[in-house]
Amino acid sequence: MTHLSPGFADPVLDAQASFRAVLEAMSRPGRIQRIEARITPPAPLCTAAAAALLSLADSDTPLWLDAGDTVAEWLRFHCGAPIMPEIGAARFALACGAAPSLAALDVGTDEDPQLGATLILQVAGLIAGDGWRLTGPGIQHEHRLHVLGAPADFTAAWARNQALFPRGIDVLLCAGDSIAALPRSVTIAEA
Amino acid sequence: MTEAGYNFAYLDEATKRMIRRAILKAVAIPGHQIPFGAREMPLPYGWGTGGIQVTASILGPNDVLKVIDQGADDTTNAVSIRRFFTRVAGIATTEVTGEASIIQTRHRIPEKPLTENQILVYQVPQPEPLFRLEPHRAETRRLHALADYGLMHVRLYEDIARLGHIAKAYDYPVMVNERYLMSPSPIPAFDNPKMHQMAALQLFGAGREKRIYAVPPYTPVRSLDFEDHPFRPIRAPHACAICGSTTSYLDELVTDDAGGRAFICSDTDYCQERQQAPKAAAE
Repeated sequence: MTHLSPGFADPVLDAQASFRAVLEAMSRPGRIQRIEARITPPAPLCTAAAAALLSLADSDTPLWLDAGDTVAEWLRFHCGAPIMPEIGAARFALACGAAPSLAALDVGTDEDPQLGATLILQVAGLIAGDGWRLTGPGIQHEHRLHVLGAPADFTAAWARNQALFPRGIDVLLCAGDSIAALPRSVTIAEA
Repeated sequence: MTEAGYNFAYLDEATKRMIRRAILKAVAIPGHQIPFGAREMPLPYGWGTGGIQVTASILGPNDVLKVIDQGADDTTNAVSIRRFFTRVAGIATTEVTGEASIIQTRHRIPEKPLTENQILVYQVPQPEPLFRLEPHRAETRRLHALADYGLMHVRLYEDIARLGHIAKAYDYPVMVNERYLMSPSPIPAFDNPKMHQMAALQLFGAGREKRIYAVPPYTPVRSLDFEDHPFRPIRAPHACAICGSTTSYLDELVTDDAGGRAFICSDTDYCQERQQAPKAAAE
């Protein structure tokens, strides 16, 4: 290890603010939230994904990632999360490159659906107002979310994930300092 | 200034992370109870340990906290919880519903409709709606997994068969997003309709029972009933003796030892606002 950039400047309040952004994103699926904490995670990790992991992951949450050794080292140091070689064993999965198959992640059980994993998916950009039509809990009428660089077959894979409800995985879409969430309860329709 | 020697908002960071993860999954699975490692808090079980842990985990320095106990801002439980968070988090508190960003409540929902910028945190004594019907947790977990809620329907039916109506005035069971049967905590059945499609996020914390659950904003919440016995929220047929409201939930007060009764709003802030409104209009 040569150089390790710092985590949150204020571990308590930055974690709280980041969590509230994630909570707001999860409560209102498709609404884009901004992470205000200023951190400089190692590439290719973006600010939003880093902030989500710093505020949620720890030694209790096995983590899978495809972001390379530097990011793994950074997260191991700042979160203390055990890094898993198998994505199916992870509570948090971080995908910076090609998105993994949603079906590969742990979806929990009917009695313990909360054990379903959270996928943190880095995408090229998030734009509100057009694109996917989202409906479901947290959405009064309809939210629109345009995800730049979303995996090609994502909506079909999402429909399969949603059919498992209450089992399933939840997705945090991250781009730069923007974050939007897709809880398993949300329905996605192509525009 | 906050009390020295305590982390911001009392809980340690590892505990907050654990509770925060539980809250996020609770929001993703509306109405499902998530087990969590409830900590010992500096107040006894039954006084809001679950609600306090949820509040402590979401609270930030810019939040304004309101705490109500049966609708009242000035009861012991509400005052001490507000003072607790003033001491350990240094945050601002309020008694005005519209000014609060987080409202922790014991057994009431404020009369004033909540907004998208607010979070309602309920203190929950018993999170399991099937508790009195099936004592085994292993069994109720399975019933929730199968969405098998026949027991509760039979329970309500037995009320109708014996008494002619559903005799449940509080803790009236609800279906959340037509999937999970949920205990709304012992709020009066009168408040149940307010949960339906509420703009604010609703979080529920049960400290002794170690469960967290949630209702996201704009989520359907239906009180269980039957076609020929529709759900009816119960309200005392009186007007508030102080502000004259005929729509708010009322508390009954015994005023003397000769059978004297008075009814006043249970929501003290709502009542106060209504008392001040005519004055402001007159000035």
